[in-house]
Amino acid sequence: MSILGGGIFKGMAVTLRNFVSSYFSKERLTTNDYSWRPDGALPQSIADYPKEEGEQLRDTTTVTNYSRNFPMLLHDGGEPMDTVRCVACQICERECPPQCIYIEKDYDENGKYIKRPAIFDIDVSVCMSCQICVEVCPFDAIVMNSQFELSTPNRFGGLLVRRDDLLKSNDYYHQIHPEEAAARDQKMAAEKAAKAAKKKAAGEKAKAAAEKKAAEAAKAETKEGAE
Amino acid sequence: MSTAAAPNYELLQQDGLETSLLEVSMGPHHPSTHGVFRMDVKLDGETVVDLQPVFGYLHRNHEKLAENMTYLSSMPFTDRLDYFNSMSNNWAYALAAEKLIEVEVPERAEYLRVIMAELTRLVNHVSLVGFFINDLGALGTPLMYAFREREKILDLFEQASGARMMCNYFRFGGLRNDVPEGWLERAGEVVDRFPSFLDEYEQLLCENEIILSRTQGVGKLSRELAVSAGVTGPMLRASGVAYDLRKVDQYGIYDRFKFRVPHTDGDVGDCYDRFMIRMLEMRESIEILKQALAGIPKGEIMGNAPRVFKPKPAEAYGRIEGPKGELGFYLIADGSPKPYRFRVRPPSLINLTVLRDMCLGGKIADAVIILGSIDIVLGEVDR
Repeated sequence: MSILGGGIFKGMAVTLRNFVSSYFSKERLTTNDYSWRPDGALPQSIADYPKEEGEQLRDTTTVTNYSRNFPMLLHDGGEPMDTVRCVACQICERECPPQCIYIEKDYDENGKYIKRPAIFDIDVSVCMSCQICVEVCPFDAIVMNSQFELSTPNRFGGLLVRRDDLLKSNDYYHQIHPEEAAARDQKMAAEKAAKAAKKKAAGEKAKAAAEKKAAEAAKAETKEGAE
Repeated sequence: MSTAAAPNYELLQQDGLETSLLEVSMGPHHPSTHGVFRMDVKLDGETVVDLQPVFGYLHRNHEKLAENMTYLSSMPFTDRLDYFNSMSNNWAYALAAEKLIEVEVPERAEYLRVIMAELTRLVNHVSLVGFFINDLGALGTPLMYAFREREKILDLFEQASGARMMCNYFRFGGLRNDVPEGWLERAGEVVDRFPSFLDEYEQLLCENEIILSRTQGVGKLSRELAVSAGVTGPMLRASGVAYDLRKVDQYGIYDRFKFRVPHTDGDVGDCYDRFMIRMLEMRESIEILKQALAGIPKGEIMGNAPRVFKPKPAEAYGRIEGPKGELGFYLIADGSPKPYRFRVRPPSLINLTVLRDMCLGGKIADAVIILGSIDIVLGEVDR
């Protein structure tokens, strides 16, 4: 303890131990253990990349169910604009903290509002991936994508993602976030069932009220007739 | 920025030569300033005779922005105050808003909040120590060891919240989502391995003669000055005041855990004390984490708090013991969905106010270490 420089030698021993054992122990490396990741490993060689044009190395981004990059719009399959869930209610536009969403409602030729967006732009150079839009959406229309290869040589609008590029099918969502998508589908089905039950109950109530009214009217009529 | 007069200082007269003070502007792009921060230093040779901190380069209008959006929407901005500790920033803000709308937080969420906050403390302290040694001139090695351990914890954050640093994980009345399957076991492994890393780190640093001679007796902060300047956190405890909001307020469920609050006698309060307090606090955080991971129940993660709400006109102040000190959010509600006033009490800024007092009379190289030992993040200082 008392020799001068003892602490330094002790520290050097630690450095040496780290250096040598980094060849044998994964513990000593910074990025090493991917056993908990979905596919067990990162791609080992950068030479494998990109395999084909347009291909995403999905396993590197979708670390978990909750990984998030930028939002996308969901549709239920088929022609995207026919089944798009978004009704252009503009709640996400108002709630977005960095104000990166721009929406315009769609109208038919008679000027009647059809429930879908005519314009839905997200400026991903402003977006901060906070997913507040996902949480406030009452229609489960907007969710987080994990696509990350978005670099572009176009500085004017290259990072402005338009409606048609934002549209992704629910199947794709199931692919990238399986658990979350299943939970969301379940929630939506439950809401739909509850809504249907409510509607049915309301309908029955209205029917019962109408019947009662009719019965009363008939009664009154017979009364009148009797008189 | 007001410039206080330099202390009464006689210019050196040597061999008939009249020398004068040298004014140096350290920063805003100086690597030791941990961001964009400037110290206007007046030097006599290498001795600091005056120092003025100049900040505001990173001002982002956080408070005014938050007054123009709903309560939920400013949650992701709190991540960006002190970007090392996004989880505990979230917690302080959630505490303040929960006081306004009076919601209950489920048991499991309370446990997870403690786990996340203590993991954040590990992240902060381990990287602070790394940067501190970096400021001393040990470029790389200790910092990389620190970042290796930090990365393991950030992996846990990523699995739970989807982001490494900008977690945005806390919500009013709970958390955004439950942790994925197997997360608690993985967190347990990380926590179990952490003490062995700390042992090694202490071997590497604590007895190193260079560190001892550079930090001991440098940047002394007396107990009286620390208290009167409103310094909080490890810095206050290094100056001899055992004040920890986890014990004082017992917010969340901190009353259920056994842990000690490391502090000194207050007779020195130098850079070495501040460094050691952080090393000791990490040990205590590990104790809390072990208890929390053992005791966490199953159940709901979210109380029934609405997404968008209009609190009654009221005031609320939520504060936590952040890794850097007391982080508080002061909210005034006026019945609309947006706060009327949103005020952050940043520990970094208030701890920074004593920088001049600590640096005067020291060497210019010591000013770098003293700044490092305060542990500031400019995102929080400037907001």
